[in-house]
Amino acid sequence: MVAPLLQAMFDGADGVLSTLPGAQLPWLDSWRRSELAALARDGLPDHHDEAWKYTALRALAQRRYVVGRGDGVDVDVDLAGIALPAHEGPRLVFVNGCFRADLSRLNRLPAGLEIDTLANALRRNPEPLRFVLARASEAPRDAFARLNAAFAADGMVLRVAPDARIEAPVELLLLGAPTAEPRAWHTRNLIELGDGAHLSVVERHAAVAANATLGTAVADIHVHANAELDWLLLQESSPDSVLMRRNHLRLDAAAVLRLHALELGGALVRHELSAELRGDAARLETRGAFMPTGRQHIDTWLDIRHAARDTASDALWRGIADQRGRGAFTGRITVDPGADGTDASLSNKNLLLSANAEIDTRPVLEIYADEVKAAHGATVGQLDERSLFYLQSRGIPLPEARRMLTAAFCRAVLESIHDPALRTLADGVLAARQLAS
Amino acid sequence: MLKIENLHARVAGKEILKGLSLEIKAGEVHAVMGPNGAGKSTLGNVLAGRAGYEVTAGSVQFDGADLLALAPEERAAAGVFLAFQYPVEIPGVNNTYFLRAAFNAQRKARGDQELDSMQFLKLVREKLKVMDLSPELLNRAVNEGFSGGEKKRNEIFQMALLEPRLAVLDETDSGLDIDALKQVAAGVNAQRSPERGFLVITHYQRLLDYIEPDFVHVLAQGRIVESGDKSLALKLEEHGYAWLKERPQAVGA
Repeated sequence: MVAPLLQAMFDGADGVLSTLPGAQLPWLDSWRRSELAALARDGLPDHHDEAWKYTALRALAQRRYVVGRGDGVDVDVDLAGIALPAHEGPRLVFVNGCFRADLSRLNRLPAGLEIDTLANALRRNPEPLRFVLARASEAPRDAFARLNAAFAADGMVLRVAPDARIEAPVELLLLGAPTAEPRAWHTRNLIELGDGAHLSVVERHAAVAANATLGTAVADIHVHANAELDWLLLQESSPDSVLMRRNHLRLDAAAVLRLHALELGGALVRHELSAELRGDAARLETRGAFMPTGRQHIDTWLDIRHAARDTASDALWRGIADQRGRGAFTGRITVDPGADGTDASLSNKNLLLSANAEIDTRPVLEIYADEVKAAHGATVGQLDERSLFYLQSRGIPLPEARRMLTAAFCRAVLESIHDPALRTLADGVLAARQLAS
Repeated sequence: MLKIENLHARVAGKEILKGLSLEIKAGEVHAVMGPNGAGKSTLGNVLAGRAGYEVTAGSVQFDGADLLALAPEERAAAGVFLAFQYPVEIPGVNNTYFLRAAFNAQRKARGDQELDSMQFLKLVREKLKVMDLSPELLNRAVNEGFSGGEKKRNEIFQMALLEPRLAVLDETDSGLDIDALKQVAAGVNAQRSPERGFLVITHYQRLLDYIEPDFVHVLAQGRIVESGDKSLALKLEEHGYAWLKERPQAVGA
């Protein structure tokens, strides 16, 4: 029996596939169709699948979403409170997966920075994308990555020329908007930094207004030798929405990627990040906080592979679950044979603020090299009673004392954001969330 | 100001205070001394309202109101301050931010105007001088990386800032060398006033050389077994707490 979720997508497929950008390209069209065929064969992952052990899809499987471009994409959008304040740099806005030129700013790009939408790129000059998109077909992927491969209609294609140092951050806003019927959207992003290039990206998921969309976003990020990417992710999707994100990172020699993430929104959210440190001395830093409350379910899944010598990865993640919120964290680190000099550390500390909240965490280390430094730790606990009492004894009311301590718990995650404007933005998003809960 | 009557309290199911009575009037400094396990710290924690300290009988009146009915933050706003024996390190919470939050929360609870950050910093600088604390400590996390002496001085500095009506000092002398002890005592003495009461809880007489109490009480097995003036502290110093056991139990304590 095919899950209603998938059946609805298959039913809509014929009408949609022929209208997608690049539908006239035989290699792309056949790839999309073969992804759908694989999806029909394999279905949705269930709890027997290790990677989905803590995230049940039973309820989602029963829902139907309409695919293809539809209502909701042309709504009025007020970017105040969503876009970076006083920001003059490049910005791309997608509403329910559709590009909104009227809200975006792609003129006067700095030298060395090339940005286009995926739809445009497929129309104008598809050949360079062939290789990049094909690479995704090599990566192991599940139902949502396949849905994305089949249906992604648009996205961002970004390249930084070798040695270009781009000062202003690039803003990528992926917004959900209400629709008459539940609707699915799929976005595909490609980021490539040439040798020695520098870039910072703010990726923000937010809601124009409450919506019950299902979104998938898949990104390929390739950081070439000696290049540096700073990436700030703020995920504040609508409380009824479902969001499945997958990011493939590849780091060449001495490349650096720093990710700072706040996972706050959505009803059911999963963030998969698989990284390959394939050049010597590549360095990956990931820091994030996930904060499920209400009945939210937020799953973070890291898969970091050290495939070259003297590579370093540092993952520091904090989970805070309140009410009936559920968090899941998997941090897998693999050190390949020969990847000597690897320095890998993984820490996931979690706070449960309510008796009904739950967080499952599992660090997994697989080491096949000899000269390796690896440390990992995961804890689940409650707010420290002594600290709470200390604050209260000075006159601070209990709810405020709890807020202060939970904010402090998250602060370590945001401390290492270099750009003061982005640090302020992230602090503000965190504070606003805390006041709301 | 503070009237404790027949107070019984349990911690983890074990009765620690067994009928403690004590009255403190405004302007008075009372010292409570006693051996380990007598219930000294329990008394401080019960007064401040710490969870897990269960009052099973008796009453505590503060300015005529039932102190035990109030949440810890309400007691603070009413004017009760506990200087902790072990001040808590709170990583990630900036000291200045914490102090201002506490200061303004108390003012708000009392219906007073809150201070903005400029006004507050000015006040903090004045009070810092009194305790001879480095302004640099304000930029750190609460008590994090403070030496033992700095932590205790920080407690007294908070007291100076929050200006409570009743200050309870829980073994503020423990772990201090003589210089730090003198500094802490000087800070306390600077805040003695006709409107303010002090309850100084200590194991050793030494602190009372520098903070001269008006009354000294001996706490043993959960009750006040002896009360007197400061000479009682000297007697304890000379004979030790064992001396209490050799005497018949004080009557009516």
